[in-house]
Amino acid sequence: MNIGAVFDLLLCLLILVVAVGAVGGRLLFTNVSLFVVFGLLLALGWVRLDAVDVALAEAAIGAGLTGVLLLGAVARLENTGSGPVRLSPIPALLCLTIAVGIGGAFLRVNDAGPRLEPMVRANLGEAGVDNPVTAVLLNFRSYDTLLEAVVLLIALVGVWSLTRDACWRQTPGIRQHARPDGILANFGRLLAPFGLIVGIYLVWAGSEAPGGAFQGGTVLAAAWLLAVMAGLAMPPTTADTRLRWVLVAGPLLFLLAGIYGMTQGAFLGWPPGMAATLILAIEFGLALSIAATLALLVLGAPRRVS
Amino acid sequence: MMAAYASAVLIALGLIFFLAGTLGLLRFPDAHSRLHALTKADNLGLGFIVAGAAVQAGDVWTVLKLLLIWILALIASTTVAQLIARSAAPRNIGGEGGGG
Repeated sequence: MNIGAVFDLLLCLLILVVAVGAVGGRLLFTNVSLFVVFGLLLALGWVRLDAVDVALAEAAIGAGLTGVLLLGAVARLENTGSGPVRLSPIPALLCLTIAVGIGGAFLRVNDAGPRLEPMVRANLGEAGVDNPVTAVLLNFRSYDTLLEAVVLLIALVGVWSLTRDACWRQTPGIRQHARPDGILANFGRLLAPFGLIVGIYLVWAGSEAPGGAFQGGTVLAAAWLLAVMAGLAMPPTTADTRLRWVLVAGPLLFLLAGIYGMTQGAFLGWPPGMAATLILAIEFGLALSIAATLALLVLGAPRRVS
Repeated sequence: MMAAYASAVLIALGLIFFLAGTLGLLRFPDAHSRLHALTKADNLGLGFIVAGAAVQAGDVWTVLKLLLIWILALIASTTVAQLIARSAAPRNIGGEGGGG
């Protein structure tokens, strides 16, 4: 057994142990912390499988963003004074069934003959991008990506619909308490520009290297959130028209491009000559909308009254 | 071959610092000394690991990227350490009898 296989085996073992800890722990905070560790280890696993795109998405969205959302939920639950966690049998059974189902399906798929990869490779020339993952996400199977972007938007509508009437039309989230010359404010000044560059680069690089709208958008969301938490930027109110345009810009652009494709042959089918331009435009539109949506999901419903 | 040995030594050194930091995190009695152990040791450990990886890097850009990662991690961990230390200050979370 070579050293790589030993590493992979240890990594799998570690992922399993951390996963059990994240589900089975008694303290919510510990569970969420372990969930973040689980996400980072999983990202490492994806890197080992040469799926750097998935690794980036897992680290940014799975571990980072979901971790922050869960930590926010834990903080709110602690304020309401809930006791230690107990494993409830019915959800546990449901999750177990789903896990076994997915596992079974995976084992069957592995024997099911040729997969889609050769088809993707064969048609990459017409895709408009050199990164096969981006070709699948924004050309061959762009339907899924469009629906994912819309799902995010619906999630935000769900969060906003929990706003109390008195707080509506206010700035999302709670009041931030960073001191203007404190360490967090300086950290925000220093790191937010880096986040902006890295985020835009990830979107741009997505057409030929690992990256794309979701990964880049998450980094942009983090940069914006940092600026907000550091007291350097004020999020717009939920009633702000410009904000709403930013939120729908990506899905709307995607949909319009899809309809344009319909006039040329197929819904969401890009004419080969136009594919590169259309995909880049959609990627940047999506990145903007995803960044705003994810950041607003983290900030949550408006909670200040005046 | 020299480069491989050099990076093995450097990365091993880095791992020792990570191990020391983790031991401190697990064994020290209160939030502040844990933070002290964790951030100082891990920053140095990451520095050694970055140096170990840089020895094997093919070109200058990779070395610069690795350095940038280390510097960003330094800035982030310094800031987070300060913030956690401040928020732990009045209550001394996880101190003796805190069950942590």
